Amino acid sequence: MLNLPHNLKHAIKTLRLGDWLIVAGSIIVIIYLFQTLWSSEHATKVQIRLGDKIYATYTLNQQRDVHVHGPIGTAVINIAQGRARFSKSPCHNQYCVHQGWLTRAGQAAICLPNQISLELIGENKPYDSLNY
Amino acid sequence: MKPTHIQTTADDHRIAKLAAFAIALHMIEAVIPSPLPGVKPGIANIVTLYVLTQYGFATAAWVSILRVFASSLLLGQFLSPTFALSLSGAIISLLMLWLAMHLPKKYFSVVSLSILAAFAHIAGQLLIVRLWLIPHASVSYLIPIFAIAALFFGLINGLITAKLIYNKTPNAESNKPEIPSI
Repeated sequence: MLNLPHNLKHAIKTLRLGDWLIVAGSIIVIIYLFQTLWSSEHATKVQIRLGDKIYATYTLNQQRDVHVHGPIGTAVINIAQGRARFSKSPCHNQYCVHQGWLTRAGQAAICLPNQISLELIGENKPYDSLNY
Repeated sequence: MKPTHIQTTADDHRIAKLAAFAIALHMIEAVIPSPLPGVKPGIANIVTLYVLTQYGFATAAWVSILRVFASSLLLGQFLSPTFALSLSGAIISLLMLWLAMHLPKKYFSVVSLSILAAFAHIAGQLLIVRLWLIPHASVSYLIPIFAIAALFFGLINGLITAKLIYNKTPNAESNKPEIPSI
């Protein structure tokens, strides 16, 4: 056990052709998994929900302030340079504002007191985090 | 009242001894902190692999399943989600081993079996997680991490098992290198 480099060299020598194939195959599978599951897809649209309804869907390819009138007041949502955020909200905890800019598809910011939520959507929606 | 005698065979004794080894390794592993829940070296599988190559599939299955049950009892996890994860992982990796042991020995050593079993183990666990514990797609973000861990630890465990088998083989003495390795 103390002679680690020797043990390792010996161990690698015991690997046969099929073992190398399995290792190579595993690496390919891992790369594929990373590519498909970790693709931080660029968002193209922002969907704003008010209560249980979709209030509006805007493309992120614009500069715009959206004023949404919720149950406790008016929230301001910024859209700029492919991102979106809550910039003003009448809620007292301001969690939605502190969440900052949303940039990737699937990201969401929710303001529970005012019942407004933002969700970024890519070309194809990967999964719906708000319905759970 | 006549006391009942349970007849035990040499096989039973061997299974018990080997399962005890596996349980001990499982206990050691239980106290090692893990950076991410679910990512564990699985050193007890070294025993399963060793038993598979030395005594065949039936003994390996016994040792593996006994280890899962006994370890969960010792750790107080019996019938808990942890136990379900452990059991499903063990069953799926045994199925994988049953298939993989038919691979030609000329090209595939125990290292292949170890890697395949590690992947099967994590697949079995993720199945339970997805179907029962967290029925939500967000678990999929962790799959690549689990897959890397499976490859890494599968490879290491397989190499350790290969070394154990090599040391066990009687004619290994003759072609052993001069450098004392252990």
